[in-house]
Amino acid sequence: MEYLGDIWFVLWALLWGIYFALDGYDFGIGMLLPIIGMSTQKERDTMHQVTGPFWDGNEVWLITAGGVTFAAFPLAYAVLFSSLYTPLMLLLLVLIMRGVAAEFRHQWNHPHWRTFWDLTVAACGFLAALLLGVAFSNIFRGLPLDQNHIFQGNILNLLHPYALLGGLLFVVMFATHGAMYLSWHVSGDLEKKAAMMAKVLWPVFMLCFLVYVLLTFFWAGLYRNFFESPLMLALPAACLVSFLASGHYLYRTDKMNKAFLYSGVGIISLALTGVMGMYPNLLPSRLDPLGAVTIANGASTPKTLFIMLVVALIFVPIVICYQWWTHRKLSEKLDPEY
Amino acid sequence: MDPVILSRLQFALATFFHFLYVPLTLGLAFFIAIMETRYVRTGDEMYKAQAKFWGRIFLINFALGVVTGITLEFQFGTNWANYSYFVGDIFGSLLAIEATAAFFLESTFIAVWAFGWNKVPKKVHLAAIWLVSGAGVLSALWILLANGFMQNPVGFRLDGDRLVLDSFLAVITNPYGWSMFIHTVIAAMLLCGFLVMGISGWHLFRRNNEAFFQKSFSLGLCFALTFSILAALTGHFQGQLTAKYQPAKMAAMESQWETQTHAPMHLLVIPPIDDSEENLVEALGIPGLMSFLATNSFSAEVKGLKAFPKEDRPPVWPVYLSFRLMVGLGTLFVGVAVLTALFKYHIMRLRYPLLLYVLMIPLPYLTLQLGWAVTEVGRQPWVVYGMMRTSLAGSPVDWYQIAGSLAVMGGVYTLLTVAGVILMGKAALKEPEWNETLAATPY
Repeated sequence: MEYLGDIWFVLWALLWGIYFALDGYDFGIGMLLPIIGMSTQKERDTMHQVTGPFWDGNEVWLITAGGVTFAAFPLAYAVLFSSLYTPLMLLLLVLIMRGVAAEFRHQWNHPHWRTFWDLTVAACGFLAALLLGVAFSNIFRGLPLDQNHIFQGNILNLLHPYALLGGLLFVVMFATHGAMYLSWHVSGDLEKKAAMMAKVLWPVFMLCFLVYVLLTFFWAGLYRNFFESPLMLALPAACLVSFLASGHYLYRTDKMNKAFLYSGVGIISLALTGVMGMYPNLLPSRLDPLGAVTIANGASTPKTLFIMLVVALIFVPIVICYQWWTHRKLSEKLDPEY
Repeated sequence: MDPVILSRLQFALATFFHFLYVPLTLGLAFFIAIMETRYVRTGDEMYKAQAKFWGRIFLINFALGVVTGITLEFQFGTNWANYSYFVGDIFGSLLAIEATAAFFLESTFIAVWAFGWNKVPKKVHLAAIWLVSGAGVLSALWILLANGFMQNPVGFRLDGDRLVLDSFLAVITNPYGWSMFIHTVIAAMLLCGFLVMGISGWHLFRRNNEAFFQKSFSLGLCFALTFSILAALTGHFQGQLTAKYQPAKMAAMESQWETQTHAPMHLLVIPPIDDSEENLVEALGIPGLMSFLATNSFSAEVKGLKAFPKEDRPPVWPVYLSFRLMVGLGTLFVGVAVLTALFKYHIMRLRYPLLLYVLMIPLPYLTLQLGWAVTEVGRQPWVVYGMMRTSLAGSPVDWYQIAGSLAVMGGVYTLLTVAGVILMGKAALKEPEWNETLAATPY
């Protein structure tokens, strides 16, 4: 029973990781719309067809991550969401516009109407990645929480260089991830352009990643856990190896499906690494150590955690199965020429 | 500015807009599932065209429902941090279960339905829309069990400064939550029935593709008739539960001030406009009816507002007015549905009277919103009935941040709704992919 909080801590990290790996490619393809879909309307139509069936199912991972935060760690849910009030409201706005764009765009075949929604999707993809990166970097850095867990900062405090770098990292990471997914799912000219884009972005992404990892040492206290128990170093190692493997498949073999899958594993292990680095804190405080929200002071009762664990162990595997099935059934290689 | 007032406005706005779309999603998914089942059974292309025609409206509406829904989940944390901490051990798990057990299913299989017409076998495609329909209803169940906990908290105990789970079984068998769930889903089906009748009525008025729209009008009518009667019955049951669990809300719904036995039901009531504690006008009483409606006994005692301290009473005017209007409109729906059913074949051949059905489309929307106004304003001043006051439930967030998000949300939601109504209107006026000449042509 005493491990329930720890189990939920790991699951919490895992849910965020899965969300990033899935919706990340939607955001990435969105960002690339005006860049590699510049030349023809048809190419942009195809790019929308690639994400069309899946963005909604991917977004439910966010809703689940949010719901699980609420259920398993109510205090973390209350403190995190109210502290980051305005950034979260912006994120909601961005997700609303992205979702609406996907449905509204194809309702009217007028070039201006379609271009408007294309630009909206691009801006939303960029902003969503940026906001998520900034938000999570702030969590890693520690929020300015007083001993009653009340946020004592303002919006400008959240724009620390480390957080901005985190935002940039998420933008480039999702763009690379999206380019790989796109290249995997289309053929012809667009496939080549997307692959080229991924190859250009990957070194930029790796550079951001390494700088971020380095700066984390100075600006966020995530390293302590890894120094203390070297076994946990497997996580960051998995992260690095996955990203390198992704690069290998991207450059050496042009196997986009593998490049994308390793990129996804990399993103999930990145989220796990970051969150496990904070253990046992869910929300470290950089103002007063007592202000931190931890597993001990933030978790729900063992009874709730146990019921939720049973629910999660039954339903999450089922969800993964049917989402996998729909990906196989509904995605085929699309060619903008036809 | 009081942050709690702003947060309440924002929550009201967000739920209002969300609930513009939810009922049609629930109703139309079921409607389309029935049409497509007929297609798979009979192979008649007309039914496939029905599923596709209503499906276009459904998908636009569904997208708006989805995007407005995320806001709700996050708003508990952003605007109601104290509430979230207070009830998280119980309330949070219901929301999390909704996402994992229901919303995933709905969001994944809607894609199979929308994008899978030529990619999966007919029967799998049919299964997809039934899964969407079932998952939508299941979603509603979990959300309304969560809301039910706010109305009638059960299965908890107080542990320090928060409520903790005592009996999960009690939480998920909360009679108040189940009753709201049944009433809400039925009302959603009713709304769908009238919307389908309205749109079909327009095409019949234009004498456009009559064979097609007579079919949809008939099924719409079937929904309207069945569910308007069921809505009245479940509404009555819901009222009795309210009298039992939330007597102050019940008193406000009827603007009943005195506690009395053999309580009459006054047809004409004007609640006080100042601080006085009696109705301005109270006339046309039917003896004992209120006692009977609340408890099934003409002589039972019904609590009046004076039985509660002033600070524990909900605001009377909005609750009273919303309730009366809801009941009035609900009665109208039963009347219209019964009359239409009696003279269906005659009515479908009429012209201008059919436009009345078009004009009626907004009325169920209004009625459902009024129902929620009764439920949620009537719960005040409590956020969790009897356990936590709304005034203490907010977040430590500056008022200007909330004012900003409220303004942006109001603007964006309004624009999106206008765009959505226009696009759904366009979809509703489109030609179905089937007509009689086409069907008669051998190929």
